[in-house]
Amino acid sequence: MKDSYRDGSIIENTEIAKNIFMIRLQGDFQGIPGQFYMLKGWECNDPFLPRPISIADLRDGILTMIYEIRGKGTHIISRLKPGDALSLLGPLGNGFPLVEGKKIAIVSGGIGIAPMLYLARSLGNKAVLYAGFRSELYLLDSFEEHVSEVHISTDDGSFGHKGFVTGMIDPEAYDMIYSCGPIPMMKALASLCNGKTELIVSLESHMACGIGICLGCTVPTVRGMERVCKEGPVFKAEEVLI
Amino acid sequence: MTTVEFCGISFKNPVIAASGTVGFGRELSEYIELSRLGGISTKGLTLEPRTGNKGRRIHETPSGLMNSIGLQNPGVQGFIDQEWPFLRDKDLVTLVNLGGGTVEDYVTGARLLEEIEAPIIELNISCPNVKEGGMAFGLQCAPASIVVEAVRKVTTKKLVVKLSPNAENIREMAETCVEAGADALSLVNTFNALAIDILRRKPVFDNVTAGLSGPAIKPIALRMVYEVCRAVKIPVIGMGGIMTAEDAIEYIMAGAHLIQVGSATFRKPETAVEITEGIALFMEREGIKDLEEIRGAIWR
Repeated sequence: MKDSYRDGSIIENTEIAKNIFMIRLQGDFQGIPGQFYMLKGWECNDPFLPRPISIADLRDGILTMIYEIRGKGTHIISRLKPGDALSLLGPLGNGFPLVEGKKIAIVSGGIGIAPMLYLARSLGNKAVLYAGFRSELYLLDSFEEHVSEVHISTDDGSFGHKGFVTGMIDPEAYDMIYSCGPIPMMKALASLCNGKTELIVSLESHMACGIGICLGCTVPTVRGMERVCKEGPVFKAEEVLI
Repeated sequence: MTTVEFCGISFKNPVIAASGTVGFGRELSEYIELSRLGGISTKGLTLEPRTGNKGRRIHETPSGLMNSIGLQNPGVQGFIDQEWPFLRDKDLVTLVNLGGGTVEDYVTGARLLEEIEAPIIELNISCPNVKEGGMAFGLQCAPASIVVEAVRKVTTKKLVVKLSPNAENIREMAETCVEAGADALSLVNTFNALAIDILRRKPVFDNVTAGLSGPAIKPIALRMVYEVCRAVKIPVIGMGGIMTAEDAIEYIMAGAHLIQVGSATFRKPETAVEITEGIALFMEREGIKDLEEIRGAIWR
């Protein structure tokens, strides 16, 4: 039997950029890169649903998550203080396939950088990170020792390359690319890869349950409709039809 | 004793996991012992497999959620082949939830289900009638009567008709379904509702409207269950926003024999099991030996 919601104790919950928070939790946590937890910071019925948040890192029993305030739920979570309890269900989803001895790039857009930290740290050899942001940078310090190079883009040109992150990468230089970010960014990347470089994407979707019963988060794939929470959130780009 | 006799079928407790909120029980069984529930109502089936709706499918509202899943399901035969073997051996009552786009689809689906021993069909009449301009069967008495009568003729199972709260007159609809041969009624399905994305200046859902469920609808759903229980002599399964044992007991006091737990399971997989425990505790505290003692307590 799997564990249902259980409490994690908040060690830290700080704003690391405008509306972007890092929360660290103590508890009995498991999970591989690319998996996620459902989070509830309230007992009442409003907000009604828990929020899916990816694992940004997990070590020594401490779970780190990076999240953006998107609405009521994440706003409530952002106001929780160290010592407060947060209710968590997980780890959920499939996670990233990990490879050894390949030339790897990690491409993130915005908050899509969150699951990439645990991934970068878990890969056999160091990857090259391409990270796109709107304007303000965050989390890059944590990647320092786990990636070989960092390429940055911002929409407004305030740091690094001005424009989209996909404008900086030549996919042919890599055997494999992992990506998480806005759908248009991942689509652009998929067409750049053009089937020559293997592209693995982590998707985000509105979901109610996180455990595969509501069918709210499904995406069309070559195998039919699949659940982001159960068969995903990680898919081979060529298999997703969006 | 939380046991409830319903259409000659014994439920170990009055709690059923509602259609569309538990799939076919597999995923939920990773978190709870299904046998602790009185019953399970399957994901809504249609004759042919369906991939469901495109675009956004879930939207949260204050104390509720809207969904536009579109009956994604493996089809009746797919259910019989792939899902029923899993459910068949479980110690709980299976209600096979059946929908359809045409009367013929309902009838063929019900006939196929004759080959399995599941004791109950829960007939979803909230589906759009594709031959009559897409209005749901369950909004007006005439089309509802046609589909219920047609299924009644071909099934030997107990027939529970699941009513839409969007029906023009819920009492008349209930009475119509009784005349058409229903053994019992269940209500309510989701309320037709609208949400707008003001930045896109468009409806949140591609289908414009979607079904609202959750605690937001409970007082209205409870009133409807009360009205139907007073209007008909056959048993009723009540549902709509049940989050706690106290909510469930309200439905029983309104007159329901059984209750279903739906959206609450999304918030916490073991909610329905906790509700069974809460009902047992309430009975002990209040010295209730049989739920029949409090069923319809506010009017009987």
